[in-house]
Amino acid sequence: MIVMDMGTIRGLGTVVVMVAFIGLALWVYSPRRKAEFDDATLLPFADDPEAIAQVRQAQANARKNSARNPKP
Amino acid sequence: MSTAPSPTAYNYKVVRQFAIMTVVWGIIGMGLGVFIASQLVWPDLNFGLPWTTFGRLRPLHTNLVIFAFGGCALFGTSYYVVQRTCQTRLISDGLAAFHFWGWQAVIIGAIVSLPMGYTTTKEYAELEWPIAILLTVVWLAYGAVFFGTIVKRKTKHIYVANWFYGAFIVVTAMLHIVNHISLPVSLFKSYSAYAGATDAMIQWWYGHNAVGFFLTTGFLGMMYYFVPKQAERPIYSYRLSIVHFWALITLYIWAGPHHLHYTALPDWAQSLGMVMSIILLVPSWGGMINGMMTLSGAWHKLRTDPILRFLVLSLAFYGMSTFEGPMMAIKTVNALSHYTDWTIGHVHSGALGWVAMITIGAVYHMIPKLYGRPQMHSIALINTHFWLATVGTVLYIAAMWVNGITQGLMWRAINDDGTLTYSFVEALQASRPGYIVRALGGAIFASGMLFMAYNVFRTIRAADTEEAEAAAQIAVVGAR
Repeated sequence: MIVMDMGTIRGLGTVVVMVAFIGLALWVYSPRRKAEFDDATLLPFADDPEAIAQVRQAQANARKNSARNPKP
Repeated sequence: MSTAPSPTAYNYKVVRQFAIMTVVWGIIGMGLGVFIASQLVWPDLNFGLPWTTFGRLRPLHTNLVIFAFGGCALFGTSYYVVQRTCQTRLISDGLAAFHFWGWQAVIIGAIVSLPMGYTTTKEYAELEWPIAILLTVVWLAYGAVFFGTIVKRKTKHIYVANWFYGAFIVVTAMLHIVNHISLPVSLFKSYSAYAGATDAMIQWWYGHNAVGFFLTTGFLGMMYYFVPKQAERPIYSYRLSIVHFWALITLYIWAGPHHLHYTALPDWAQSLGMVMSIILLVPSWGGMINGMMTLSGAWHKLRTDPILRFLVLSLAFYGMSTFEGPMMAIKTVNALSHYTDWTIGHVHSGALGWVAMITIGAVYHMIPKLYGRPQMHSIALINTHFWLATVGTVLYIAAMWVNGITQGLMWRAINDDGTLTYSFVEALQASRPGYIVRALGGAIFASGMLFMAYNVFRTIRAADTEEAEAAAQIAVVGAR
């Protein structure tokens, strides 16, 4: 019979939280979700035609610049 | 201004109401703070009346600045943000109106009952049971409007700001209800359902999470919308914002015991609170960095845009006070800082520097948009307000650091024979200069709110009804 003492419960708690955090990080940083997040990040501007045009333009410029001067 | 209920327009009426009351309650709540700070310098200002003593007015000050000023700011901005990022009108205008008027009724209840001495004596939860029940009902209406609006959203995603606002609504309801469970013995007197150390633990589980979920998570929701919007660039990392959210809400809920170091609370609970508070630095700074880095490549905007300056400085103060907090939660540091003015200084670097400044920035951003104006009446006055707020905050917290460390050192000083070196009154006398500087700093901060009120008044007076109605229309461009 396994005896669950307080130390074991705390240890398991730590493991559960750690697994949850690693799982969250893997989920969030998975390349599959990039397009989704790129979409979501524009939501504050999406309901304002002027703002969204401006932000898209700025992003396009940034991409052009980084293509010209690629980061080492 | 009329806002005819139209499904194709946002409900800006309730946002306008909350935005204006943010300014009004800000002036009253902060003004009261200056008054009670002055009482600590000139005790005659108690007037010898029970209703005007520090002990009764101090909870009124905290209720007014947290729940009236901070609350109205959170409600107004959350309704603005949830509608705009979900591209849909609030699910119910009637419930939203009930939320506004019900909340004002709660605040009036506080203004009447607290000076009369009706109090549960639980810090930040002083309101007696009839008002606490009203607050619960109003809060449930708020939750229904907010989450109902998210359910009927026209966008695919729920923008991260709404996650933060949502957590603030859910957890605040849970904290308020659990901490307020009590047995009424008369119309304005009740006894807590909990006893002894359990009562203390539940109170500070509530108290610290009022800071964590009301004064932090809610305002982070504000940050995630208004910083990108004012800087005109998307948040630095959307992925980091998701990690920030889950890590923050997982950790915050355990930090409460640091308010009860060296008390009857079991040692293991104190250690747990300390460790969780220290780890909390990580998500806090993750969020701060996410906000700050949003400005990378746009720092030049700070030169010309005092609204952005408010938002960025609020993040700097957030970073500073979320470093100070974990440090003060360490038991050995706490042995020096607890019960001293250092705690008051820490709270105000968060309350003035973070909460008030991000609120002020957000309101300056919203007001012209709500009233169909291109910008605030006077940008120069926003700049004046910015410097008054900054100088006021710095004076306030510097005075409290000096006082706090002085008090901590004097209280613990002992002679060779083990007797105390200083009496309490000697430490109090040593604190007087700090109290004068604190009252001055508070007055400078509060005076900035008067400039804000004038600026808001002039902007609203010049409001363009047609423009405002056009701006409230829900654009479908870019909707997905």
